[in-house]
Amino acid sequence: MSLLELHNVSMIYGSVKALQGIDLTVEKGEWLALMGPSGSGKTTLMNIIGCMDKASTGSIVLDGVDFTDVTAGNLTMLRRDKIGLVFQQFHLIPYLTAVENLMVAQYYHSMPDEQEALIALERVGLKERARHLPSQLSGGEQQRVCIARALINYPMLILADEPTGNLDETNAKIVLEFFQQLHREGHTIIMVTHDPKVAELAERCIVLEHGRIANRKDRRIVCREEEVS
Amino acid sequence: MIKMTKYSMYTKMIWNALLRRRSRMLIALLAVAIGATVVSGLVTIYYDVPRQMGREFRSYGANLLLTPAGDQQVMAQNLVANATTLLPSDKLIGIAPYLYDRIKLNEQPFLVAGTHFQAVKKVSPYWQIRGEWPADQSEDIVIGAEVAERLEIEPGEQVTLAAAGSETEKKVKVAGILRTGGSEENFIFLDLSLLQQMLKKEGVISIAQVSITANEAELNTLTQQIGEQVPGVAPRLVKQVTQSEQTVLGKLQALVYLVTIVVLLLTLICVATTMMAVVTERRKEIGLKKALGAENRSIILEFLGEGLALGALGGLLGTILGFFFAQAVSVNVFGRMISFQPLIALLALIVSIAVTGLACLIPVKIATEVEPAIVLRGE
Repeated sequence: MSLLELHNVSMIYGSVKALQGIDLTVEKGEWLALMGPSGSGKTTLMNIIGCMDKASTGSIVLDGVDFTDVTAGNLTMLRRDKIGLVFQQFHLIPYLTAVENLMVAQYYHSMPDEQEALIALERVGLKERARHLPSQLSGGEQQRVCIARALINYPMLILADEPTGNLDETNAKIVLEFFQQLHREGHTIIMVTHDPKVAELAERCIVLEHGRIANRKDRRIVCREEEVS
Repeated sequence: MIKMTKYSMYTKMIWNALLRRRSRMLIALLAVAIGATVVSGLVTIYYDVPRQMGREFRSYGANLLLTPAGDQQVMAQNLVANATTLLPSDKLIGIAPYLYDRIKLNEQPFLVAGTHFQAVKKVSPYWQIRGEWPADQSEDIVIGAEVAERLEIEPGEQVTLAAAGSETEKKVKVAGILRTGGSEENFIFLDLSLLQQMLKKEGVISIAQVSITANEAELNTLTQQIGEQVPGVAPRLVKQVTQSEQTVLGKLQALVYLVTIVVLLLTLICVATTMMAVVTERRKEIGLKKALGAENRSIILEFLGEGLALGALGGLLGTILGFFFAQAVSVNVFGRMISFQPLIALLALIVSIAVTGLACLIPVKIATEVEPAIVLRGE
């Protein structure tokens, strides 16, 4: 059974069709890159997969649970239990330290555990920076805290929205190495990116155009095509 | 500390949101504190005004008269002592007995009043004496300004007193000349015992003026009690004084009441606006928390917790400042210190928390409407 199955998913805002007839399957442990120009529907698709928005039509099954018609409350529960989010702009809570930012995710999920949060920070090489506020961390460090936070509740699916978009080359490399490590460990990752080099690291790459999947080929071919265009 | 409870994490989040966002929260804290200061101060004044103003009004003279019952012109002095036992000693300012008659001063007839000068000082503090007040039981006298003008007498001069129909004369010193702007300026005042002796009316008086801090209802009760329990004495209220006192106090209290309500409303608006700004500014944070799995209930509890903590802190600060504010008003306006009222402090604290809680309702409602998707949209 696939981890994620989308059948004929559409999203319509008034007269705007943000997504049209999306069919997509993601297997457990797969790394999928999602590419496409601005306004192509990447964010809308991520919001739907991340249980933050409901599709206008179509069905979505995550880990065997069909959440096409679930209530807002159940959607929150699904998001909390099954999804880990990594953002381009990090979105750390500015008045909480790095370790406290991880504990907030634990707090909403189950029970805050400082020791576990410190271990998660150690894993991303930031144990020494655990008591620092986000404003005292570099962009790369903030993104690593964001990744640690995404992993703290053992999610089934990691959604990463342009995780290297705000980072310099050195920090982007460190962050991507983490994603490669996560992939090796068997995590399922869906990553939005504009960068073909980042997309090349994924097992599979799809391109969205005007709310439809424009191409679904071998990742290297697609990414090279994107690079050329 | 390894594992912490949800409650301690909740508290940590609230305090960090307040303490690590000082500049923002200081504005909200100031709004609550200023509101609480004014409310606490005004409520203290509202509570204290009757007491303070009551004492102020006592400077305008007696508000209760003890007169002889029936057609009697005089009454026994000990009846006044009996009536005094019925008056609450903590509210009693003074009792001045008077014996009225006629007397000759330097062979000219004048109205005379025998009294206790020290008691008069308390009951009629508006008396202005040029010269000195005579000591009680001294033979020095005070004469009204009209009398002094007519006879061209100055303080310190010797005059001759003679009771009507008596050949006995007494030489006494004029200690002071009295100005009140009223009928007292036509009188001669001397010690009660001396006058009683000269007139051979020992142990009797014509009237006793009582000054007591009490409202009209309390005075009516006292009047009734004295009338029933001390036969021979007819107590009467000085209605002009008691009624105008009640009117002024009522208006003052209504004014303070209105100002308090207006300040409460302004505080409510100010805190609501600040909290609204806080919510708007933190939309992304709210979206993120929801994206991390926070339910609306958690968001409501967090913002309400922040609001109530602000209310408690601001209320505490305002209650302390409010006492000093009330103290300053009391000292400058009434010239008296006020005592700390724990009940008013508690009330101001509770009102601050309640007002802040109320002011947070709309912003909190707005916070729950924030969608988690905004963290990905990059709005």
